[in-house]
Amino acid sequence: MTEPVLQLNAVTHIHRRGSVEVTALRDVSLTVAPGELVAVMGPSGSGKSTLLNLAGGLDRPTSGEITVCGTALKSLSVSALARMRRRNIGYVFQDFNLLSGLTAAENVSLPRELDGDGAHQAHVDAEAALALVGLADAADRYPDALSGGEQQRVAIARALVGQRRLILADEPTGALDSATGEAVLTLLRERCQGEVAGVLVTHEPRYAAWADRVIFLRDGQVVDHTDTDRTDALLTVGPWPDDADMGA
Amino acid sequence: MSVRYGLLALLSQAPKYGYQLKSEFEQSTGATWTLNIGQVYSTLQRLERDGLVAENSPAGTDDDHRSYQLTEAGHTDLVAWFAAPVPRDVSPPRSELTIKVVLALLLPNVDFHTVIQTQRAATMRGLQALTKAKLERAGDLAWRVVVDSLIFNAQSEIQWLDHCEALVALAPTGLPSAGPPKEDHDD
Repeated sequence: MTEPVLQLNAVTHIHRRGSVEVTALRDVSLTVAPGELVAVMGPSGSGKSTLLNLAGGLDRPTSGEITVCGTALKSLSVSALARMRRRNIGYVFQDFNLLSGLTAAENVSLPRELDGDGAHQAHVDAEAALALVGLADAADRYPDALSGGEQQRVAIARALVGQRRLILADEPTGALDSATGEAVLTLLRERCQGEVAGVLVTHEPRYAAWADRVIFLRDGQVVDHTDTDRTDALLTVGPWPDDADMGA
Repeated sequence: MSVRYGLLALLSQAPKYGYQLKSEFEQSTGATWTLNIGQVYSTLQRLERDGLVAENSPAGTDDDHRSYQLTEAGHTDLVAWFAAPVPRDVSPPRSELTIKVVLALLLPNVDFHTVIQTQRAATMRGLQALTKAKLERAGDLAWRVVVDSLIFNAQSEIQWLDHCEALVALAPTGLPSAGPPKEDHDD
């Protein structure tokens, strides 16, 4: 069996708000296979962002285990975890989070350079990643000179650069109009194949529907899920109703 | 209604035969709707009766070789149709889903959240299938427009379900509590 890109095993996360303990996630288990795009839906406060933060190693769970590309995150030191994140995990945010003083190519190559890769190699990789998102000729432009949709494509290129295999996208279409949002989803969907997998948090049902699987969270628990290998929802539209009763 | 104006619109391009109208109509809707030829002929007969189309072939020609053209009145009717918005149905909602959700709120022995989630997951599966269908013919604009219409409908249904749950969460009285067992229950 192929090794999952992401695995959450009985993950519970409790944080404190003042003297109150809030259970953000309760006993959540989730496996994301290579090539899979999984969408997470739920009302605000249901634990979507917590799930994404834990999967990305930005926070550690109160209990349970998280494994990314075969490595248990809790086995890693702080610096090893940071390194693992840069190497394997890419983030895409609602507000793109590009550095305005750097060109598109520099934004994309930054994580590679931080990783100690040579500047030249980092730049070559950045250009390859930009080409994958259809922005090869925007490499030398600054974020200000790019549309929202283009900025998000740069952010996706940054999430993919190098050999990163897990893309975590938090409302990536939130700041985009409908058609541009769809173009970003098309790209995300295309990139989540082969060795790469993605987790998409969104409150837009029609974007979640691009995923292979949709997980529904409620009060920190997975209450339901769907997948697409069902035959109960095929597109069948019957003949038009007859106009017989429409005649004057 | 849609077939009627579909045929008028196609005839506004040039006179056409019944079979031609059938296949062009299906193409123009991204082949999401099939039209049977009997429906085409019966619609043409009504349009002819109403003076909106006229036969363009000698009397006595059989159905398959009969060609039709738009009349002046047909042209006026078509222009008026495009100029006017399609009326929205403003009658009280009578969909089965609306009624089910309202009744789930009312009956203490029905779990409201389960009803909502069962529907949400089912509609999401439908939305996933529609999205797949859309991507299979991504280059076909007519198809995308038709499928997107179904996608936006499904999306709004899910958003409405989310909204219903949020309303219940905010309601001061909350959900009705479990009532006494029904009297007609004999165990």
